[in-house]
Amino acid sequence: MSETIKKFLYVNRKAPYGSIYALESLEVVLIGAAFDQDVSLAFVDDGVFQIAKGQKTNEIGMKNFSPTYSALGDYEVTKIYVEKESLEERGLTPDNLLHLTYEDEDDDYAEKDSIRFVSRAELSEIMDQQDVILSF
Amino acid sequence: MKLAVMVNEGPYQHQSADSAYQFTKAALDNGHEISRVFFYHDGVNNGTRYGVPPQDDRNITQLWSELSKQHNLDLVVCVAAAQRRGILDADEAKRHGKSGDNIADGFRISGLGQLIEAGIQADRLVVFGD
Repeated sequence: MSETIKKFLYVNRKAPYGSIYALESLEVVLIGAAFDQDVSLAFVDDGVFQIAKGQKTNEIGMKNFSPTYSALGDYEVTKIYVEKESLEERGLTPDNLLHLTYEDEDDDYAEKDSIRFVSRAELSEIMDQQDVILSF
Repeated sequence: MKLAVMVNEGPYQHQSADSAYQFTKAALDNGHEISRVFFYHDGVNNGTRYGVPPQDDRNITQLWSELSKQHNLDLVVCVAAAQRRGILDADEAKRHGKSGDNIADGFRISGLGQLIEAGIQADRLVVFGD
């Protein structure tokens, strides 16, 4: 593997069960975590529904994969950007989302929030700083 | 420039499969290097040799196979996405007890690590999808 460290941003734009993009995006994030890159996730548009809490999928015959997002901290994926406008446009608030955290090894393993709420303009700047953007 | 390409949509259903091919060909024709083309989501369906499009239409899989032969292009189909959708090479078919394989010439099946590696090593990773 390469010693290069690049900034990877995974942009999640679609609702979790209407198509397979969300699930297969998560699979890329989990595999990619093994490569020790500088990883961030962004949830925009209907993608914000991917991390909505209280998902129940038994009646549509699909696996509820939302618990996996809570494990991202263990994969050292600690920067999760949620676009404020996307939440507001869908009548969602931060309380409707999963509480995603990580243990900060540089701060005596204190539990910290992974989610950062950013405006559309701020997210645009974050995208501008990336080396690789994978959009799902 | 060293480029890597990701193809996320299936052939004929979505123009991005065509666009990915046309971009790749144009980049090669203009002297750029394409270090890898990675097929994901329904994009793995570009790699089946069992497609039989009408004769007056383009055969996207065949176009990729020919481009791969000409330029020694690395066409990688994601194994996890391929298994869901029934894209198999001989090893995969044997491993899962299936009666045959369908991977087209020039394509190979491998893991998602190949996508991340392509993103790390290339100057640009260009994603084609919905």
